[in-house]
Amino acid sequence: MSERIRRVEGRACVLRGNDIDTDRIIPARFLRCVTFDGLGAHAFEDDRKQAAAAVAAAGVKSDHPLDDPRFAGARLLVVGANFGCGSSREHAPQSLMRAGFRAFIGESFAEIFVGNCSALGLPCATLEPGDLAALMDALEGNPAQQVVLDIGHCTLRSSAGLHNCGLRDGVRAALLEGNWNATRVLLEAGPAIERTANALPYLANFARR
Amino acid sequence: MSSQRNLFDKVWEAHTVREFPDGQSQLFVGLHLIHEVTSPQAFAMLREMELPVRFPERTFATVDHIVPTDSQQRPLEDALGEEMMAALEANCREHGIKLFDPASGKQGIVHVIGPELGLTQPGMTVACGDSHTSTHGAFGAIAFGIGTSQVRDVLATQCLTLAKPRVRRIEIGGALGGGVYAKDVILHIIRRLGVKGGVGYAYEYAGPVIEAMSMEERLTVCNMSIEGGARVGYANPDERSIEYLRGRAFAPPPEGATFERAATWWRSLKSDADADFDDRVSFPGAEIEPTVTWGINPGQALGVNEALPLPADVPDEERSGFSEALSFMGFHAGEPILGAKIDVAFIGSCTNGRISDLREAAKVARTGQVAPGVRTLVVPGSQAVAREAEAEGLDEIFRSAGFEWREPGCSMCLAMNPDKLRGRELSASSSNRNFKGRQGSPTGRTLLMSPAMVAAAALRGRVTDVRELLG
Repeated sequence: MSERIRRVEGRACVLRGNDIDTDRIIPARFLRCVTFDGLGAHAFEDDRKQAAAAVAAAGVKSDHPLDDPRFAGARLLVVGANFGCGSSREHAPQSLMRAGFRAFIGESFAEIFVGNCSALGLPCATLEPGDLAALMDALEGNPAQQVVLDIGHCTLRSSAGLHNCGLRDGVRAALLEGNWNATRVLLEAGPAIERTANALPYLANFARR
Repeated sequence: MSSQRNLFDKVWEAHTVREFPDGQSQLFVGLHLIHEVTSPQAFAMLREMELPVRFPERTFATVDHIVPTDSQQRPLEDALGEEMMAALEANCREHGIKLFDPASGKQGIVHVIGPELGLTQPGMTVACGDSHTSTHGAFGAIAFGIGTSQVRDVLATQCLTLAKPRVRRIEIGGALGGGVYAKDVILHIIRRLGVKGGVGYAYEYAGPVIEAMSMEERLTVCNMSIEGGARVGYANPDERSIEYLRGRAFAPPPEGATFERAATWWRSLKSDADADFDDRVSFPGAEIEPTVTWGINPGQALGVNEALPLPADVPDEERSGFSEALSFMGFHAGEPILGAKIDVAFIGSCTNGRISDLREAAKVARTGQVAPGVRTLVVPGSQAVAREAEAEGLDEIFRSAGFEWREPGCSMCLAMNPDKLRGRELSASSSNRNFKGRQGSPTGRTLLMSPAMVAAAALRGRVTDVRELLG
């Protein structure tokens, strides 16, 4: 049994932009490791360094949101569309989780990313584009506010109002019931696993049945 | 029994262990492939849960991401890489998993060796901790990428919890023009349907252009399904798939009743003529040009003779991504991509590192010499591909044209090994991702194209329409 997750609340950090891929979340050089320890420090490292360099050079651009002190300590990350596309590396959600994030709110997410997050007990909740835009504006205007993602009711509360959000049924149930570490659930199938295997022609030497 | 089922439904049903009340399924995984990057943590989790590997004979391992391509000599110079390789060896030994390491002569990119060894077969479910696992769908397998926690699930249970996707049939009609390759077909599909158009879908690739393709070409198409958002992409098995498998090490013995029984089952899996699909789209093959990406995702692509879009051509919701891509790439709206000066040419990867890719690139390479100042890497997808290429003298063709011939691995596709772009270098690459920083330099830039187009760009030092060199 994993921890039951009914709600995630706290500050929320706004990271604008669509199609943010997992190479950007955690560049491949940090995948040279045999544990996930220490990945939290490297989330978005290249983007953050480039933003910092731009600030130093021109002083016109703002910090990368993950380095913006107004968002310090955020537990929710608010993103655009198709977040987490590309490589299947679980190192991406692992690094964000280790950087303190416990939920992602966005217009849409890449499938493998959602699967990886679900296995870690991290909800990826979707909002209608209009609601998401209002949320982003509200958070940037008042970054200190507490945001509440209610898993059971599929709602998100912020100063922009109470919005309905989308959470895949299976994921929602697993979070609420504390079943998000799937291994134990899958093992419950017991001998049905071998029965399925034995009925597959390619595991039975293609014998006639 | 319904007569209207597509391949996806048939394979999914055969592998369903049970359905959960929330609509997800527990799916049996017929073939599990692992490599050094996404498996060590999974084995550690297994150890922590005190669980054995349930079907060790259904998991196969290789090393590909971190292996250097100048020398595979152990211990690896990169201590972190060596640690990963040693961890994989120890895990495989402990759990009785077959490992194809460099000493085996069968090492290579996981998505190259699976088909090559006959491990990948029609009707299987295939999972691997790598998003390009969709490659194996070329045989009519349902193959998908997973993360490390799911690798743990497969090791422990040989199963995954998955929601069944919808199925979109993509038909490519007619025929391709000369100098247009499988890579151009998939880049064109992604350009037309978008990088998130396939989210929630499995893609079935069909129609005369797909049917006319070799297995290797189909592997290239299925490989990049994930770049269009689709976790799964497949082609229906046919006589070509069956003949490809005959005589492969892990396929049923080539002569005799078992192979014939297998072939009969494989044929029965293809989508029925009147099968239902959740969506259908079609393109004429004739509209596909040699295609090149210009931006920072694989959907930002152009026919090689087209100009970059103007802001007015870009839908509102893509406007900010468009400006971000232009500024990162240092390109201007409306300018041609043809003639863009390149610094690096990379031929290889799970998308285009097979023998037919090297043959097509070599045809171009033999027409000239690499332009001064262009750094080149030709990286075979596996040791078997390297041997075959060397037996045919392709390595000599590349070397005498000024290309560097390397050892097999993932190499500069994702630059986990020492092969990396430097600074803002612009690379013509036969790989699959042009993401910011993908090829190892945070500011490095990538133009995706077919291996023949990469070879042409290497010779001219600029993005070139390969048809000019093929004559």
